[in-house]
Amino acid sequence: MEFAVSQILSGISLGGQYALIAIGYTMVYGILRLINFAHGDVFMIAGVLMVYMSASMPLYISIPAMIIFTVLLGFLIERAAYKPLRSAPRMSVMISAIGVSYLLQNLALYITGGQPKTYPRIPWISKTITIFGARTHVVTVVTPFLVIALVLILTLLIDKTKIGIAMRAVSKDFETSQLMGVKINTVISVTFIIGSFLAAVGSVLYFTNYPTVVPMSGAMPGLKAFVAAVFGGIGSIPGAVIGAFIIGICETLIKGTDYAIFSDAFTFALLIIILVVKPTGIFGEKTTDKV
Amino acid sequence: MSESILEIKDLRVSYGGIEAVKGISLDVHEGKIVTLIGSNGAGKSTTLKSIAGLVKPQSGSIKFKGQELIGLSPDKIVKAGIVLVPEGRRVFPNLTVKENLKMGAYLRKDDLTEDFEYVYSLFPRLKEREWQLAGTLSGGEQQMLAVGRALMSKPELIMMDEPSLGLAPIVVKDIFEIIRTINKAGITVLLIEQNAFMALQNADWAYVLETGTIKTEGEGLDLLDDETIQEAYLGKTRE
Repeated sequence: MEFAVSQILSGISLGGQYALIAIGYTMVYGILRLINFAHGDVFMIAGVLMVYMSASMPLYISIPAMIIFTVLLGFLIERAAYKPLRSAPRMSVMISAIGVSYLLQNLALYITGGQPKTYPRIPWISKTITIFGARTHVVTVVTPFLVIALVLILTLLIDKTKIGIAMRAVSKDFETSQLMGVKINTVISVTFIIGSFLAAVGSVLYFTNYPTVVPMSGAMPGLKAFVAAVFGGIGSIPGAVIGAFIIGICETLIKGTDYAIFSDAFTFALLIIILVVKPTGIFGEKTTDKV
Repeated sequence: MSESILEIKDLRVSYGGIEAVKGISLDVHEGKIVTLIGSNGAGKSTTLKSIAGLVKPQSGSIKFKGQELIGLSPDKIVKAGIVLVPEGRRVFPNLTVKENLKMGAYLRKDDLTEDFEYVYSLFPRLKEREWQLAGTLSGGEQQMLAVGRALMSKPELIMMDEPSLGLAPIVVKDIFEIIRTINKAGITVLLIEQNAFMALQNADWAYVLETGTIKTEGEGLDLLDDETIQEAYLGKTRE
């Protein structure tokens, strides 16, 4: 019983961490129709930044500072690597994204010298607590609530605010949005800023559970969040969140069985199945029917 | 005669190596309905897109109330008071009717209550469908929404690209009635149309465009009586 509770709790928590990354994929795809392959590596860089910043600053400064630098990185990547290719074929932008991904990984390799870096202990969230007899970390319990709160705020932003309406308009029609006076580049920048912010928050929650950060640390969670976004229907925020929770929970449950070795295989098998059976995912682009 | 609000001089625009507009000059007088007619590929849409800032002209000048527009970004041109209702309506299908109208007022920071009321008084159907997604509207309703959305920016000049395209004749009549109403409210209209008959009937002044150059110009009703125009654009054959 305790084991089951603890497995489910960590599954939900891992799902929440994937969700924060997956939102970045799905929002960028929604607007630019681009799979931002560098997103997982932005997440990793957030981890590396945290390692170096916490070494010289207290946590209450280093965490916000790390988030700000990660957001800045996301913004700069868009301006430098994607904006110049705005009217280029989608394939070129995607190749640029792959290039940025390698650039970030190698930059991290250069900075860390290839040594695994110990992730700082964040006392508030790495304390151990007992729930229903299961021992777990505070972060496991905090993550789902934080994720839900962030998703609610994001949903409100997209539904109610001017920039949110503009984001939805731009995602459908660049040219007509321009005719309304919308500056496309501003809207795209805001999208990258939100995505990087959520990835930075996610990195704190995720890396707290692991002893170290290495240059490849972003690759696996990035890929899984991507699968979650596709599973939920890429372009849809609720889809990405639900997809991420399902993948996080299933993965953790499988890890608790004798087939633990297949937990990653499960995620990617799921990707193949969804692409074959329902390529648009659970919440794939709604088509509006005439009434 | 009223003042010129928009003056285009020797405008040349190329698209991927093809010169679509080959040095046209035209004047739009304040408070008038001016139309550009011509067949497919005559350069009508390109001209409007150049005015709206979506396309960069090779040379020439576009002056709006004395201010040069070439080189300005589309948002600056909207701010200056020009709005384009694009061809094929292009409402945002994933936004509600109300949100579409809000998008039209994107650059405005003042209160929009009166503007919503004005648009809803012109198009009561939109009021009924305020909360519906624009993608679910009929073609005619979408055209109304596209015009309403444009009005939300409080324009001085409204440009319309083929507002009658793909609409039933009865709806086309309504649309032209709306164009006249808007015009009476003091907004200058620059209209391009393939439906030359409706356009000429409603316009104060008309330009005939052919393969990137202006062939003739004149009062709408005069051109309607012109035999060569009738043959070329109104489908009349010589007896």
